[in-house]
Amino acid sequence: MNIERPLTQHLHPDGSPRFLREYVAAGGYRSLRRLGTELTHKDVQRLVGESGLRGRGGGGFPTATKWSFVPMGPDVSKPKYIVANGDEMEPGTFKDRILMEGDPHGLVEGMIMAGYALDAEVGYIFLRGEYHLSAQRLNQAIEEAYAAGYLGKPLPGTAFRFDLHLHSSAGRYICGEETALINALEGKRAVPRAKPPFPQTVGLWGQPTIVQNVETLYNIPHIINHGAEWYHRLSRTKDGGTKIYGISGRVTNPGWWELPFGTTARELLEQYAGGMADGVRFRGLLPGGISTSFMVEEHLDLPLDFSSFPPEVGRLGTGTMIILDDQTCPVGFVLNLERFFARESCGWCTPCREGLPWVAKLLMAFEEGRATHDDLSLLEMHTKWLAPGHTFCGLAPGAMAPLQSALRYFREDFERHITTGGCPWSKQSAQQRVLV
Amino acid sequence: MAIIIVDNKSYTVDEKQNLLAACLGHGLNVPYFCWHPAMGSVGACRQCAVKQFKDDRDQTGRLVMSCMTPATNGARISIDDPESKAFRASVIEWLMVNHPHDCPVCDEGGECHLQDMTVMTGHVYRRSRFPKRTHRNQDLGPFIRHEMNRCIQCYRCVRYYRDYAGGRDLNVFGSHDALYFGREQDGTLENEFSGNLVEICPTGVFTDKTFFHHYTRKWDLQSAQSICPHCSLGCNTTASERYGTLRRVTNRFNSQVNGYFLCDRGRFGYEYVNSDKRIKQVLIRPEGDRAKPAQPEVVPQALALAGDRLRQARGIVGIGSPRASLEANVALRSLVGPQQFYQGIDERERQLLSTILNILRTGPVPSASIHDAEQADAVLVLGPDLLNEAPRLALALLQSIRQQPMERVDELKIPQWDEAAVRNALQNRRGPLFLAGYQRTWFHAYATDSYFAAPDDVARLGFAVAGTIGQVAPSVPDLSREAKELTQRIAEALTHAQRPLIIAGTSGGSQATIEAAANVAWALHRQGKQPRLSFVLPEANSAGLALLGGGTLHDAFDSISQGKADTVIVLENDLYRRADQATVDAFFDKARTVIVIDSLEHPTAARADVLLPAATGPESDGTFVNQEGRAQRFYQVYIPQGAIAESWRWLKDLAHAQSAQTESGAGVAAWNTFDDAVSATATAAPELARVGEIAPPASFRLVGQKLPRQSERYSGRTSLLSHLTMHEPPPPVDHDSPLGFTMEGYRGSLPSPLISQFWAPGWNSIQAVNTYQDEVGGPLRDEMPGVRLLKPAVSNAPAWFTAIPRAFQPASQQWLLLPLSAVFGSDELSGRAPAIAERIVQPFLSLHPSDGARLGLEECSAIDLAWQGATYSLAVRFEPSTPVGTAGLSLVPEVSGVRVPAWINLFEAIKSEGKRRAA
Repeated sequence: MNIERPLTQHLHPDGSPRFLREYVAAGGYRSLRRLGTELTHKDVQRLVGESGLRGRGGGGFPTATKWSFVPMGPDVSKPKYIVANGDEMEPGTFKDRILMEGDPHGLVEGMIMAGYALDAEVGYIFLRGEYHLSAQRLNQAIEEAYAAGYLGKPLPGTAFRFDLHLHSSAGRYICGEETALINALEGKRAVPRAKPPFPQTVGLWGQPTIVQNVETLYNIPHIINHGAEWYHRLSRTKDGGTKIYGISGRVTNPGWWELPFGTTARELLEQYAGGMADGVRFRGLLPGGISTSFMVEEHLDLPLDFSSFPPEVGRLGTGTMIILDDQTCPVGFVLNLERFFARESCGWCTPCREGLPWVAKLLMAFEEGRATHDDLSLLEMHTKWLAPGHTFCGLAPGAMAPLQSALRYFREDFERHITTGGCPWSKQSAQQRVLV
Repeated sequence: MAIIIVDNKSYTVDEKQNLLAACLGHGLNVPYFCWHPAMGSVGACRQCAVKQFKDDRDQTGRLVMSCMTPATNGARISIDDPESKAFRASVIEWLMVNHPHDCPVCDEGGECHLQDMTVMTGHVYRRSRFPKRTHRNQDLGPFIRHEMNRCIQCYRCVRYYRDYAGGRDLNVFGSHDALYFGREQDGTLENEFSGNLVEICPTGVFTDKTFFHHYTRKWDLQSAQSICPHCSLGCNTTASERYGTLRRVTNRFNSQVNGYFLCDRGRFGYEYVNSDKRIKQVLIRPEGDRAKPAQPEVVPQALALAGDRLRQARGIVGIGSPRASLEANVALRSLVGPQQFYQGIDERERQLLSTILNILRTGPVPSASIHDAEQADAVLVLGPDLLNEAPRLALALLQSIRQQPMERVDELKIPQWDEAAVRNALQNRRGPLFLAGYQRTWFHAYATDSYFAAPDDVARLGFAVAGTIGQVAPSVPDLSREAKELTQRIAEALTHAQRPLIIAGTSGGSQATIEAAANVAWALHRQGKQPRLSFVLPEANSAGLALLGGGTLHDAFDSISQGKADTVIVLENDLYRRADQATVDAFFDKARTVIVIDSLEHPTAARADVLLPAATGPESDGTFVNQEGRAQRFYQVYIPQGAIAESWRWLKDLAHAQSAQTESGAGVAAWNTFDDAVSATATAAPELARVGEIAPPASFRLVGQKLPRQSERYSGRTSLLSHLTMHEPPPPVDHDSPLGFTMEGYRGSLPSPLISQFWAPGWNSIQAVNTYQDEVGGPLRDEMPGVRLLKPAVSNAPAWFTAIPRAFQPASQQWLLLPLSAVFGSDELSGRAPAIAERIVQPFLSLHPSDGARLGLEECSAIDLAWQGATYSLAVRFEPSTPVGTAGLSLVPEVSGVRVPAWINLFEAIKSEGKRRAA
């Protein structure tokens, strides 16, 4: 068996979707045929466990471990829910959209399989509001799957029946946080929930719930069809499978590629993205969305996976990276991020709600040449206090990752903003300096 | 119990608590905002961060939110840890980024939790140099002022208003640092418990608008315990005065009664005390000419004249009052003699009250406190409209419906204080609450089942439930299928509960519903449950008056009309609210002398030959017995101006004047102080024997000192009267209680009724209550929550009530006119408070649409209703929940003279139908 890119090999190059006939013809929904005595829900759980599949939303939490907290057995509270987290609002990240637009049935199949594994009979796809095309295609796929009997009827050989609904989000970055997503799905304010209890026991409408990233779910049917060993072989590291990596920024050839897990940033940048664009040089990158820390030249040979990053480098995140070049002001770059975070704070806990706007205003002051050395300490105070456990959820600590690493790697640039009284990259402020 | 280590010291705590509550319970100052003892933890504000260590070798530790961390055995934390202190100061710094520095002009200043927490954390200097965000404020109606710029986004207001009190029209809008806590648009806050926002809000976003109109800082208020006079529940309040006017009422924690919350009638109804309709001087009408108006008279002459009249009297009738204190009623009874003492209520009410007392005396089921009601795991209400008649009890039931689903929370091992998780687990699961009555309110949205029917049918439902549960209790034949099915559901829910609660009341005038409630409770008792009964009574001291006993108002009328007496003393009672005008007129006409003691002008006061200005509750000492039979003491907050005096004192003076020529010093004439009144009350009826135990006597001293009503920081004492005198008059001496009208006296741990205001070092806001409790949320230290005077009979199997009424039959020409209580308007005193008066709706007649059609009426039409000798202008409302064959009449001041329930021929009574009002 020589499948190297299980998630994307059948995608049409023109971005048009594969619907039911084409999907089935290429082996789609095959995984469901073995359900029942040949493949019990325990078998599916075991296979996913053996595969080493880890959550592709950025957290990298082992999927089988996550599943193991879902209460199983005849006496548990029903219904149980599977929720696909398709709220892909992480800036720079577009991997789930590629999959959902090109191959909507893959998500349906993955959800049915996850539902079967956990004996969860209802699924929701929580979709980013702006993903109109994905919504259209997923809805058509869901309709087709109902008509074909994959949804809404007991699957052959089993008593298991799965229902699937699509929900387009009203928006907000925080909905990507699984408990805020659950609140939003319930029609409540998109504010995260305290954990414990975890959604596995008290989730959607108080019932056992698994929230799983879209890309993760796409992997499951392939693991079932081809086995854990095959899945491990796809990867270069101990985290199984492939990963959809992406690059945006001033590179020759920005885009996405499904590659073995553990590919390095240098390979991506040089072999796939064609290196930096003409006239700009590499300064750093955010490896997976904007709530990850900057990686610089010295980190480019690290395998991009969930287990190879030393603590000071932070985490992989979504694997869709944004490149910082030397023609772009790192302070302005971070300001742009922090404005986003400040705006997307849900407003629930004090440090995030009040701290992030303060950070954004301080960075603005740097850009406008009104910053002082005390402002550097205030920024540092925020990177210290907006830490995991101090805030209610991970949003603010995520917001501090690029700031803290920028203060480490680009500190002289911050200081130059103070000493020169403005942004060295800004023509406007250069003129102002002359005027002064 | 668990041992936790805080800053290297061991403390014994309840492991069912979180660390914050555990620390506060030991007097350790941990600042907080979003947590509230009655509303649990949500972890939003991050203010209560402390350092937690894994074990004694862990030197690093990590910051945890103490409100979200269980107080497990061996937990090792530090409050003083420098990092946790710095983090907490940072939280304040963040909150202050947008908080205006308007403390000097903010109504919350001086009792602001945010001020306290700011000082506690040590945050001083502002480092944010950016502009503050501003908001537009809303007009939220007559009770609450709104100043959103002060908001620190702790979410307590919406958690309280929506999650705890069932309100819908206050919410949080927006997100990130642009949050808005308010209504969708300007408008009066609808919820009956909105006033608690004033205490829930940790800063000055929601403040008391009535207080604003005559604002005084907390430290300048003279305060004492009061008992709310506006319904029968007896919620504890702190009433506060400055410059001779009552300035505000705040909640007074009583673990058994109102806990942390009041209703809006109780909080904002106080201004009747300051009304310009107060009777302030003695008025005397010259004998012989009743057409002439009464004239002011100085007190000695007036008393001498009244004494003469009383001596000359050929029999004196004393009419007591369910809104007067026990002591005042006892004084009147002593003056006129038990045979001539009448309760001042009509026969039906007296009958209902005596039935209720007998049920509680002879039956095995005790009455429920409000605290009991909150703990009930299944509730059946037979009749009363709690939201309008006994609002605080409705608020308690909103908590009771969480009791049964809490089992799931326990199964999931979620601690009950973890409100965020509890709500996620509970979702819309609600325990059983069955509401049977004839008026729909928003409260019904929380009911498992609602049953709208005439009182007789409500009673039949109750009897049927009892019959189904007990099978020995009488059953009800020929029940409708709907009622039968409902009966099954109710019986099942009640028998599955451990602490079921049955509620009935007097408002519908139905003896049968009361008896049915008793049968249900007794049947549950036989099943080995621990049921409770609760009866909603008409007024604040209805139970006390009933315990005292005495004839009815009509017995009093008879006594005069039959010539057995010719002189009447009316104590704090407007008889025109209790009998029709012609009867009362005839009564007063026939009486040779009418002496009225009351505080507010009303038609009865206008008939007085001798009118004596009575002190209101906050101006007097006294005892009320609430609907559960709990006797509670209220204290004089300040000495009323001029001739105004406590009713019991007037009666003492009258007795004295009457007996001046004789040597007799017996009875009320011999009373000197309030303690004498209490002693006399304790011997007035066997069940009143313990009224002396509810609070310490006047001789009570701590370290030889009295207890001050004024704060240590009470300002301006030497200049308060500077416009009258250059000297500082000595403070008045209080011979009636252990309290002093002073700043001086003992300050320390006090028996709870003697606490003037809750206040502690570092805790200037109402949150200081925490420091008065051994366990946060639990009883106060030295709590004297009142004395329950009624004890259930032990191992007594009372006879079932068997008088099951026949099913209600609509009549062809007649309608059963039923009273519709209104939280704002039905209570005599609070209706005189301007803020409450603003909330009183126009009087209306509620009809089932089919009855409206039968009468040829249109919805919203205006009608004149001629009834019982008067004509009332009413709006017509069509309401599907109004049982066919009945009509509901809103009990607001304009129709206060109407006596319902009664049958009425609406074809005749509706005189004219006005133009249809604009929709």
